Amino acid sequence: MKYSANSVWENKDKYDVVVIGAGHAGCEAGLAAARLGLKTIMFTVSINSVALMPCNPNIGGTSKGHLVREIDALGGEMGKVIDKTFIQSKMLNKSKGPAVHSLRAQADKAQYSKTMRCVLENQENLELKQAEVTDILVEDGKVSGVQTYSGAIYHCKAVVLCTGTYLKSRCIYGEISNETGPDGLQAANYLTDCLKNLGIEMYRFKTGTPARIDKNSIDFSKMEEQFGDEKVVPFSFTTNPKDVQIEQASCWLTYTNEKTHNIIRENLDRSPLFSGMIEGTGPRYCPSIEDKVVKFADKDRHQVFIEPEGLDTNEMYIGGMSSSLPEDVQYEMYRSVPGLENARIMRNAYAIEYDCIDARQLYPTLEFKKIEGLYSGGQFNGSSGYEEAAAQGLIAGINAALKLLGKEQIVIDRSEGYIGVLIDDLVTKESHEPYRMMTSRAEYRLLLRQDNADQRLTEIGYKVGLISDDRYEHLKLKEEQIVQEVERIKHTNVGANPKVQELLEKYGSTPLNSGITLAELIRRPELNYEALAPIDEKRKVLSDEVIEQVNIYIKYEGYITRQMKQVEQFKKLETKRIPDDINYDDVKSLRIEAVQKLKKYRPISIGQASRISGVSPADISVLLVYMEQWRR
Amino acid sequence: MKKDTIAAIATAMSSAGIGIVRMSGDESIEIIQKIFRGKKEKNFIEEKTYTIHYGYIADGEEMIDEVLVMLMKAPHSYTGEDTVEIDCHGGIYVMKKIMETVIKYGARPAEPGEFTKRAFLNGKIDLSQAEAVIDIIDSKNEYALKSSVSQLKGSVQKKIKEVREEILYHTAFIETALDDPEHISVDGYGEKLKEIVDKLLEDIDRLLISADNGRIIKEGIKTVIVGKPNAGKSSLLNVLVGEERAIVTDIEGTTRDVLEENIQLQGISLNVMDTAGIRETKDVVERIGVDKAKTQANEADLIIYVADASRPLDENDEEIIKMIQDKKAIILLNKSDLEMVVTETELQKKLDKPIIVISAKEEQGIKELEETLKEMFFHGDISFNDEVYITNIRHKTALQDASESLKKVVISIENGMPEDFYTIDLLDAYESLGSITGETIGEDLVNEIFSKFCMGK
Repeated sequence: MKYSANSVWENKDKYDVVVIGAGHAGCEAGLAAARLGLKTIMFTVSINSVALMPCNPNIGGTSKGHLVREIDALGGEMGKVIDKTFIQSKMLNKSKGPAVHSLRAQADKAQYSKTMRCVLENQENLELKQAEVTDILVEDGKVSGVQTYSGAIYHCKAVVLCTGTYLKSRCIYGEISNETGPDGLQAANYLTDCLKNLGIEMYRFKTGTPARIDKNSIDFSKMEEQFGDEKVVPFSFTTNPKDVQIEQASCWLTYTNEKTHNIIRENLDRSPLFSGMIEGTGPRYCPSIEDKVVKFADKDRHQVFIEPEGLDTNEMYIGGMSSSLPEDVQYEMYRSVPGLENARIMRNAYAIEYDCIDARQLYPTLEFKKIEGLYSGGQFNGSSGYEEAAAQGLIAGINAALKLLGKEQIVIDRSEGYIGVLIDDLVTKESHEPYRMMTSRAEYRLLLRQDNADQRLTEIGYKVGLISDDRYEHLKLKEEQIVQEVERIKHTNVGANPKVQELLEKYGSTPLNSGITLAELIRRPELNYEALAPIDEKRKVLSDEVIEQVNIYIKYEGYITRQMKQVEQFKKLETKRIPDDINYDDVKSLRIEAVQKLKKYRPISIGQASRISGVSPADISVLLVYMEQWRR
Repeated sequence: MKKDTIAAIATAMSSAGIGIVRMSGDESIEIIQKIFRGKKEKNFIEEKTYTIHYGYIADGEEMIDEVLVMLMKAPHSYTGEDTVEIDCHGGIYVMKKIMETVIKYGARPAEPGEFTKRAFLNGKIDLSQAEAVIDIIDSKNEYALKSSVSQLKGSVQKKIKEVREEILYHTAFIETALDDPEHISVDGYGEKLKEIVDKLLEDIDRLLISADNGRIIKEGIKTVIVGKPNAGKSSLLNVLVGEERAIVTDIEGTTRDVLEENIQLQGISLNVMDTAGIRETKDVVERIGVDKAKTQANEADLIIYVADASRPLDENDEEIIKMIQDKKAIILLNKSDLEMVVTETELQKKLDKPIIVISAKEEQGIKELEETLKEMFFHGDISFNDEVYITNIRHKTALQDASESLKKVVISIENGMPEDFYTIDLLDAYESLGSITGETIGEDLVNEIFSKFCMGK
């Protein structure tokens, strides 16, 4: 039962922004709003669960690493915190092109959570409060406050919803179903109904997590040890690389086998996924082990990564084996894996179902189209993953603040960052499963590298007010050095002299017949900027970060220029804003399906309209002509 | 990716005296610079707007036509963009060849109504004309879509779909490995991919060769007019073309070879072939003509059988009826201006095809013929015959683009670029081919990744 009438009271403190939830989205949202000078309060069902990682113990990974770098470039917190709390780090895809290099760190979960909580607690303008918000108060279509389970009312001008997987959540394995949030935490059972009453459409999604096993019960001699990189690259552009060269923990690799698969197959009828007990839609990219065994029946083994959850705990995360099978089957199944024969399960694997929204109800600013001042971010928007959540939380928090400050809100577009791709996909495309970032979703991948996130986004963060003058000036200097050095390299010729030939021979590169520019040499696959140092006498001493950029730019210039041209085309449609008061019924010749979709989703630009399924290129032409007519 | 300079043949597609190919967009001047050969070197960037230049259009070494080039620089043109008009000699072949050349050098075929649309968006035409623009886009798109897709033969569609599926599969594999490097390795995949891409390039080249040898220069539905001698086939052709193209006399066997014309009826492009009357003959030249007529009829997409209403059906008619029994055909009962001895019912009994009574001489019944053609076309009753042919210039452009992209993949592999570079061009190729079959990328890649490959976590 919620509060009774006589327990209702009004908190007289006036808040600008209320953030509901203190997970990865909530933390970024709350910090951004407070740092922009707005009086902010964050609600969480449990202060112990600030920045909790209820699933895998990593930050980053392919494309997710890009997101963390972008969050950092805009002035967010995630990168700084993981740099302080990681216990192993790897640059993935290092043998591939720079566009798909991705940082991934193993986090010490407890340290991560504690460090983030410390940042929140010491942030000026920010309050942290343990309470369940049950209602959003709306007056004349505008947010006016929130009410908690106890009946307390907090007035505010904007609300950012970051409820993650907590709304009406249910954890399931076998025949067991608990009405709790992740890790047995309290679920939020009232807010959904309030949102529905406000006219917001809800979905039900599902995800899952594997068991945690006691390290002391694992026989690591039957597994392959996985080390971190020798030279660690930090996530944050502000972290001194020297500070992250620490002693690292190991992960371990083992495999499932036919026996494991047989145990799973024999017990499929007891899985809630197959019995129909779970109604939510699960993600295809993060399938449970039962899904993998059924769908990829021809594979005789699947990889299993054993990852530490922290340095002060014996819990090990069993990556690759998430499940919702009954407890007894879980024991049998995990113990069939080499090295896990005597495994003691500390936490069972489970699936979790929760309420979230169809994010097409949001503008790309992450504000609800129907309710002014109401923003949302994170898993609540139908995404999955800590990094995806944090990225949205940051943008939602920034925009809620900018709105209250009377400034123009920001939209990162698809050519500027993975954050743009993420949000555009969420608010434009239909999705039937939790959305995970992937590098293949980014059209302009070559430009959206993790190494140049600062050059792409720090200017925006600076204008917003989250980046210091020092940091901005540092970036400007770096950019200037890159441009100058690229120019110099392109215009410096070397002749076919013995010294040059000798160097080429050393790298197995074809000798020269005549003079050539340094740039042309760098473009050879077997060579790079640094290799040419002996024959490039006029070279100035430059920082590693500048050298990296010069090398990438020269090496891949052809491809980069091509994508830049594509971006130009893209921007043309993206900058054509559709007026708010456009009446699609008045637009002659639009097809009925297009009118319906456009009316429902109200895209902000012609570019966004063109990405809505059911809107054809002919409809876009008609719309362009209509808008021009209207403009004159 | 999308090219922004558009081109179109601005005059009717018939053998008129002069034809115009028009380009509009940022690159039009750059393109004309590459394909124009004048007496003296010209630098079109420096030439003034509204100037005319005499010379030749050439594709590399190959001279195509003697032309006048008109230069209109932004904003002083119809569209408000840099515009180049090439006045060439009329004739379908020459115009198409020039069109193909400008496309080869960077333009793309314009969408229906696109010049006008650009003119409007750039503020060159006023509000009252805007409605008309929408109408053009609207009506033409529906038609273009229908015709473009339905013109594609099942076999071509199938081939293109196969190529696309193969591209998607390998792209998805590489992408899966990039997104999940700890579970899937793509190391050394380049060599395998190169073999596959080489094979796909061959497939595409084969389609392209068919386009060159085939009917790219005679785009349209291959229509053959047959009938016994002096049934009025040539008169019909003349009525349809609207000029005296075939020699019409009262003497049987006047048409000894196959005459061909491209005509537009209700927006449908037809290549109409007038044939020698089919009869037993000892005249050697005529004999060849008759045989040719039979071969043509056999290969036709549509047969127009002209029956002479003023003379009873004879063994020549019987032979024709037998020949076209299983073909798409329309029967025209000609010479309704004379006394009719053959009736519709009599013919209908022998041949179950649409019958229209006409008089080619009096030009009666032509409207009905047009309507019937249109209906058959939009119901999909007539389209091209079963050979793998690429007949549409848009399709050809898309195939060439796909081929270019795949060649870039090969170059990337040969240059030792990392694997993630391959998929950029693979996807471009996929997209180009999709524009032929009317399919967009959408979520294809992501769906393929999830359905074919096992991602970790």
